[in-house]
Amino acid sequence: MSKSHTASAGLAGASAGSNPSSRYYVLEHHPENGTLLGFWLYLMSDCLIFACLFATYAVLGRSYAAGPSGAELFDLPLVAVNTSLLLLSSITYGFAMLEMQKKRLNSTIAWLLVTGVLGAGFLSLELYEFAHLIHEGAGPQRSAFLSSFFTLVGTHGLHVSFGLVWLVTLVFQLKRHGLNAANRRRLQCLSMFWHFLDVVWIGVFTFVYLMGVLP
Amino acid sequence: MLEHLDLTKLIFGRLSWDAIPFHEPILLGTFIMVALGGLTVLALLTKFRLWGPLWRDWITSIDHKRIGIMYMILGVVMLLRGFADALMMRAQQALSFGDATGFLPPHHYDQVFTAHGVIMIFFVAMPFVTGLMNYIVPMQIGARDVSFPFLNNFSFWMTTFGAVLVMASLFVGEFARTGWLAYPPLSGILGSPDVGVDYYIWSLQIAGVGTLLSGVNLIATIVKMRAPGMTLMKMPVFTWTALCTNVLIVAAFPVLTAVLALLSLDRYVGTNFFSNDLGGNAMMYVNLIWIWGHPEVYILVLPCFGVYSEIVSTFCGKRLFGYTSMVYATVVITILSYLVWLHHFFTMGSGASVNSFFGITTMIISIPTGAKIFNWLFTMYKGRIRFEVPMLWTIGFMVTFVIGGMTGVLLAVPPADFVLHNSLFLIAHFHNVIIGGVVFAVFAAINFWFPKAFGYKLDSFWGKCSFWFWLVGFYLAFMPLYVLGLMGVTRRLSHFEDPSLQIWFQVAALGAVLIALGIGSFIIQLVVSYLRRDQLRDTTGDPWNARTLEWSTSSPPPDYNFAFTPVVHDNDAWADMKKNGYQRPQQGFVAIHMPKNTAAGFVIAALSAAMAFGLIWQMWLLAGLGFVATLVAIIVHTFNYKRDYYIPADEVVRVEAARTRQLATAHV
Repeated sequence: MSKSHTASAGLAGASAGSNPSSRYYVLEHHPENGTLLGFWLYLMSDCLIFACLFATYAVLGRSYAAGPSGAELFDLPLVAVNTSLLLLSSITYGFAMLEMQKKRLNSTIAWLLVTGVLGAGFLSLELYEFAHLIHEGAGPQRSAFLSSFFTLVGTHGLHVSFGLVWLVTLVFQLKRHGLNAANRRRLQCLSMFWHFLDVVWIGVFTFVYLMGVLP
Repeated sequence: MLEHLDLTKLIFGRLSWDAIPFHEPILLGTFIMVALGGLTVLALLTKFRLWGPLWRDWITSIDHKRIGIMYMILGVVMLLRGFADALMMRAQQALSFGDATGFLPPHHYDQVFTAHGVIMIFFVAMPFVTGLMNYIVPMQIGARDVSFPFLNNFSFWMTTFGAVLVMASLFVGEFARTGWLAYPPLSGILGSPDVGVDYYIWSLQIAGVGTLLSGVNLIATIVKMRAPGMTLMKMPVFTWTALCTNVLIVAAFPVLTAVLALLSLDRYVGTNFFSNDLGGNAMMYVNLIWIWGHPEVYILVLPCFGVYSEIVSTFCGKRLFGYTSMVYATVVITILSYLVWLHHFFTMGSGASVNSFFGITTMIISIPTGAKIFNWLFTMYKGRIRFEVPMLWTIGFMVTFVIGGMTGVLLAVPPADFVLHNSLFLIAHFHNVIIGGVVFAVFAAINFWFPKAFGYKLDSFWGKCSFWFWLVGFYLAFMPLYVLGLMGVTRRLSHFEDPSLQIWFQVAALGAVLIALGIGSFIIQLVVSYLRRDQLRDTTGDPWNARTLEWSTSSPPPDYNFAFTPVVHDNDAWADMKKNGYQRPQQGFVAIHMPKNTAAGFVIAALSAAMAFGLIWQMWLLAGLGFVATLVAIIVHTFNYKRDYYIPADEVVRVEAARTRQLATAHV
C-alpha cells in the first residue's frame, strides 16, 4: 500500500521539477474509506455487551430462587423452529449479497424482503415465548435466573428488531438510489450485523437453551 | 377527575414543584448566578449577532479542530463545577468537628461527593482527553479530518448533553447520593427511590454512546488515514497512545453500558440482578463496573503520557529516548489494564489465590510505566532543556506521578489494602495519579498546543503562576489525606468527632484554596493572552521548534489542514523535513474534497437527551416521543447522501498566499 503512495510521491516530484522538497508531499492523496473497519469495530463493542450479558447469565443462570428452572420452562421444539428461521434468514441475506454483486437491484431487494420476513417470524415466535412465560408467572422479576434470561434473549431480540428497521429503510434507499457505492457499503454493513446476530444466537441457543435443559 | 390525574402523571411523571430546591440557599444562589450568567451570554450573542456564526461554524461543524476545541471548552466549564464541589467538601470536612456540623447537611454532602467524582471523570477528564485527541491526531498523521466527521460531531453533542443532564440535576430534582460508581444495593430502587440514580444512569448512558463512537472513529482514522510513508512505528507517540486509548474505549465502554442497563432494569422493571433477594448478586455489579473502571483510568492517562512525550522531546530539542520501548510499554499497559480490576475490592473475599493474582498483575503494571519515566528522564539527559510552561508541568508530573505510583504499588499488596481500603489513603493515591498524571498533562497540552489552535501563545507569567499554585496546592491538599488514611479515616464522611484530626483537614482545605488560585490564574492567563494576542502572535506555525506534522501547517491551520498531503520518511516527520531544508510548495494547488457541516448530530443528541429526561422523571409520554423522534431523526439523516463538497482551487490558492505573506513577516 505504502509502495504505491511513494510511487505517486515520485510522480509528484517529477511534475514539480527537481525540487528536493517534493519528496515530502503528494499532489493527490485519497485515504481509504474506513466504514467497514469502523462498523466492524462497532460490532466488536456490541459483542462485548453480549459478553457481559452471557457472563451475567453464567453467574446467575442457576439462581432460581425456588422458582422454575430452565429444564421446566424451555420448549426446545419451539426454539428449534426459531433457530432455523434465523439461520435461514442469514442464508437468504447471503443470496441478497450475491445478487448485489451481480448488480441486480430487484432480486437484491426481493431477497432482502425474504430475510426480513424470516426475521419477523423469529421475533414473533420469541415474543410468543416471552408472553407465554410471563403468563405462567415466570417473568423477569421472578428470579435472578429469569432476569438474566429475559435480558440476554431480549437484547438479542432488540437487535433483530433494529436490524429489521434498518432493512426496511435500506430497501427504500435502494429503490431511490439503486446499487451505488454508498448503498453497497450499507448492504455490506447490514450483512455483517445480520450474520453477527446469527452468531450470537448460536451462543444463546447452546448456552441458554441446550445447556439450560440439562438437569 | 381520574382521567385528568392520569394525564398529569403521563406528562409530568414524578416531576412537581417540590423538585425545585427553593429551600436550599446554596443551590438557589447558584441557580440565580447561573441564570444571570446564562442570560448575559444570550444577550451578548444576540447583541453581536453571533447566533448564526455559532450555529454554522461551531454547533453544526464537523471539522475535527473545532470539535476538539469545543470538547476542551466543555472540560473547562465542567472543571469549574467539579472543583466547586471539591471546595465545598474540603470546607465541610475542615469545619465539621464535634458540635459544629459544617454547612452541608448529609443529604446534600452525599450528592456533592458523587457529583464531584462523576463530573471530574466523565465530563472533565474525558472531554479534555477526547478533545486533545480530536484536535491533534488527524494533524499528526497528516489527515484532513477523521474517518467519520458526522459521527464526531454527534459524539461531542452526546457527551455535552450527558453533562447537561448532570447539571440539570442540580436545579431540578437531585443527584445520586451513592458515590461515583453507584454500587447496589444502595443504588437500587429500595436504597435510592428518588431520581438521583436515574440522572446518574442516563447521563452516563448518553455520554457513553458518544465516547464509544468517538473511540471507533479515532481508531478507524489512525488505521486508515495516515499519511503515505507513516508506518505504525513512525507514528508520533501521542498518536500511538491515542490509538491504545481508543482501543481501550471500544473494549471497555460497552461493559459500562451493559452494567448500567442492568441496574436500570433492576430499578425500572424490578428484575433481580443486584438485589438482595430472589437470587441477585450485588458483587456482579462491582465486578462488571470495575472491568470498565480500571481500563478507564488508563484511557485517561495514556494520551497524557503521549502529551508528555511530545513535550519532553520538543523542549529538550531531541528525539524521544527509546521510542520503540515507549510504544511497547503503552501496548503492554493497554493489555494489562484488563487484568487488574479486582484490586479495587480485595475485601470482597475472593480468597488468597485470586487476590494474589490481581495483586501481582497490578504490581507488574508499574514496570512498563517505570520504563516510560526512564525514557523521559533519558530524553532530558544532555538535552537543551527549555523551561517553558509545558515543560514545567511535565517535570511536576514526573515527580508527582512517581509518588502516586509508589502508593499505588503499596495498595496493590492485598494485606495492606485490607487496612487501607476505602480510606483517605486511597483518595490521596488516586488524586495523586489523576491530578499529577491527567490534569497536569491537560494544562501542559493546553499551553503547548494553544498557539496552534488560536494563532497566539499563552502568557507565560500567568501560566507559571497557575503551575506553582497547582503544584503546591496539590501537595498541601493531598499529603494530609495520606496521613489521615494511615490513621484509619475512611472516605465520604461529612462529620468527625476526634478534634486531633482537624488540623490535617484544615491544611488540606488550604491546599484546595491554592488549587483554586491555580485555576483562577489559568482563567486570567486566557484573558491576558487574548488581550496581548498581537504581541504573542505565532506567525510561523511552529512556535516551539517542534517535531511532528501538526507544526508544519499554519497557526491556526486552514480548514483542510494541509494543502498537499505530507509524505513521511522518518519519526518526527516535521523535524526531518526541517533538517533537510524543506520548502513549502507555493503553486499547483487543486480543489480539496471535504465533508459538509450538518445539524443532524446536534438534533439527534438533543432528542435523545429529551428521551433520557423523560425516563428519569418517568414522563412516559416524553420518553416515548423522544425515542420515536430520535429514531426518525437517525433514519432521516441516513437519507442524506450529499455529505461532502470541494474547497475550490482558487480558495486554496488564496489561503496559501496569505500564509506565504504571514511567513514573510515572521522572517523579517
